[in-house]
Order: sequence, then C-alpha cells, then structure tokens
Amino acid sequence: MDKQTKKILVDPLYVANPITLQVLGICSALAVTTKLEAALVMSAALTFVLTSSNFIISALRNRIPGSIRIITQLAVIASLVMIADQVMRAFFFDVSKQLAVYVGLIITNCIVMGRAEAFAMANPPLRSALDGFANSLGYSIILIYVAFFRELLGSGKVMGYQILETTRAEGWYTPNGLMVLSPGAFFLIGLFIWVQRSITPEIQEKD
Amino acid sequence: MNFSNTYIIAFVTLLCLVCSAAVSSLAVGLKPRQEANKRLDMAKQVLQVAGLVEPGQEVSSEEIEEMFAEIELLVIDRRTGEVLDVDPDTVDPRKAAKDPETSTATPDYKKRYSETQVKRLPDQLEVYVVNVEGHESVVLPIHGYGLWTTLYGFLAMKKDLSEVVGITYYEHGETPGLGGEVDNPAWKAQWPGKVPFREDGTLALEVLKAGAPQTRPESQIDGLSGATITTVGVDSMLELWLGEHGYGPFLQTLEGGAVPNG
Repeated sequence: MDKQTKKILVDPLYVANPITLQVLGICSALAVTTKLEAALVMSAALTFVLTSSNFIISALRNRIPGSIRIITQLAVIASLVMIADQVMRAFFFDVSKQLAVYVGLIITNCIVMGRAEAFAMANPPLRSALDGFANSLGYSIILIYVAFFRELLGSGKVMGYQILETTRAEGWYTPNGLMVLSPGAFFLIGLFIWVQRSITPEIQEKD
Repeated sequence: MNFSNTYIIAFVTLLCLVCSAAVSSLAVGLKPRQEANKRLDMAKQVLQVAGLVEPGQEVSSEEIEEMFAEIELLVIDRRTGEVLDVDPDTVDPRKAAKDPETSTATPDYKKRYSETQVKRLPDQLEVYVVNVEGHESVVLPIHGYGLWTTLYGFLAMKKDLSEVVGITYYEHGETPGLGGEVDNPAWKAQWPGKVPFREDGTLALEVLKAGAPQTRPESQIDGLSGATITTVGVDSMLELWLGEHGYGPFLQTLEGGAVPNG
C-alpha cells in the first residue's frame, strides 16, 4: 500500500475524523444513537451510500457540468439512499421499522455531500470509493461509541440486553434520562473531541 | 470545462432517467416482499397481544401464517356495532378517517377526547376475533397521540369482556427510555387480567400517573415514569376507543351474548 492510499484510509479514522474534526454528520449522530443496534445499521447503510456515491460521482466527474454539479451529486445520493431503504424494508424489516425516517435522512447527511464535493470531484473512482469507505468507518466509530454509552447509561442495556439492572425492574441502577435525549450525545461527542485533542495536540485548531 | 446548454440539458435528462429507472425498478421488484413483511408483522402483533405467541418467542413465518389463519377479521359499523358483510381487504380505517365520506368528526372532541388528537373517526372499524380454545378474545386496533406522535396499537380483551388479555403498540415515535417504554414487556405485563368494565358497563380501566396510589388495583395500570404525557395519551385512548363512539356498541353485542359473526 503506498503512502497516499494509506493516508486516505487511515486519516478519516482519527486525525481527520468526519464527526469530531470536520464536524459533519452531527445530526444523525444525535438522532440514531439511543440504541446500539440502530447505530450499527445506520453505519452500514451510510457505508454503502457513501462508498458507492463517491465511486459513481468520481466516475462521472469529468462529465458533470460545474453549474449543476451539486444537484447531480444530490440526485445520485438520493437514488442510492432510496435503494438502501427499499432493500432494508424487504430484507431487514424489524430494523428498518426502528430506523424509520432516519434512513431517508442519509440524503442530508453532510458527510456524503461533503466527500462528494471535496474528494470525489477531484480524484479517480477507486481512490474515491476508498475515501468514502474510510470516512464511513470514521463516522461509524463515533456513532458506535456514542450509542454504546447512551444505551448503557440511558437504559442500562447493550444491544438490547440488560447489563445494569434498572430501578424500574427492581434493580439498583437509576437510568440517566439525559442520555436518552439528544443533548446526551452532545456531551459524549464533546468529551471525545476534548480527549482526542488533548492526546493529539497537533490537531488542535489555531486561534 | 465549458459545457453547452444542450449538453447540460441532455445530461440532466439522462441522469434523471437512469436514477428513476433504477429506483423504481427496485421498488417494484421488492414490493411483494415488503408487503408480505408488513402483513406478517401485523399478524405477529395480533398473535402476541392475544397471548398466542409469547413476547420474545421465536416463531417462523409459516407458523405465524398458520396461527393467523385461525383469526377472523371482522368489519363493524362503528355506531351500531353491527358486523358488516364487507371484505376486510377493501377497508382501511386509517385512510377512511381522512375522508369525510367515510368518517365522522369525533363527538365531544374538545371536551373529552382532545388529548388523543383523533379528530375524525372512521364509520367502519376492524376487529380481530380469536376463536382458539382457551384464548377466546377480541383484538381492537386503537390509536391516539402521545407526546410526539400518534401511537398505533392493539388492545385485546377476553370475549366475555371479563378481563384484558394484553396491549401492544406496533408503531410510535415516543422518546426511547421514557414514553418509548410503552413497548417494554415489563410494563405491558401489568395489563393482562385487569377488569375493563364496571358492573354498570362504564369503563373501569385506567392508566394512572406513575407511582400514584391505586384505589382500584383490579382495573388500574401504573403509568410510565418520566412520561406523563404519553401516559395520559394511553389513558385517553382507552376512553375514546372503549367508549360509546369507539368500539362500545360492538362490545355491547358481545356482552349480550350475541355471536359476533352471526
């Protein structure tokens, strides 16, 4: 693997993480992270959409007229999202019921259009697909981290299995109500950003 | 790069054609599967609420189909409670409620039922009747507003109306961990065995604010803590659907001992 490929693959996981460094995709990081299972499915759906949208847009990049490039990207992304949604409804009905409207909202996920505009429009298809895949992984890591703690602290469960016995079921753990609401995700993401920038001072923004 | 206007228009047209062809062919191709999933899910919910399937029990789709075939789906006239000779496939109470031709504005809406946000009631309702031995019950589709969204569910009662068999919500968007606990099996476990009606036929079943002292434990349900509005929503839903403007007239025909499919 040459140096550049490695950079494309590894950077989005940590030093250029789409959520904590580029601050993209925050909306879904709040919306679908109350349960780990939903976060996993969301991550899988986003990985599919982002990898293929980057590939398709990059393959078309020399043919897309600059004046209508955004709407072209959007049309490609929206089609892919609908395809993902239809497939999920047919084969993973239970999970798609849980995610409901959020699958459709991948269209508005800033990461997808951000990568299409910033990377796929200027790089060859395979490299763009790799970039899309790596960014999805970076996104997934944060989503899984947030969802794990929100589900554990908010309802005492992990993947739907009871870990901490809650007071509602005569246990000892009083669920943290903040964690099930969206602000809980802000605290967790903020905490991550703080810790990450303390460990790696180079990524701190200059004032 | 400079592109001519003709190129741009041709590009857009082609793009739209390709995208829409891909999406629509997939949607059409997968439709039967999706519809089957939906029907199966509904059937499973009905079986669960009627106590034929234990929550968490793994059942194959064939088993569900088989058990569900034993369940009768009746269409009733909401106001008279009479069973109508109509094909249930042609009736969609959810759609009917939106059409003034097939629905009526909810009587006493402002005074009594505003919390449910059910502004119109369909003239025809659906009822599932379970005739499996030991599980004779009626399953009533109910809905009403909670905190964020309308909750859709089923309430099952013994055919002689002596007790509740179960409740379930198959579609809602309440806060997970708070109002979303309406689908928590531990909370739903309170319902079976409750007495829905008093001797004089008035509604006894009610959902109290979480932790409130129960004066009639045989008919009262402890609400969801941290979800007062969802709790109130569930309670007013019972009042509406079990009352005179909901399934009341139909339930009376049951109490009178009439055979509902007669």
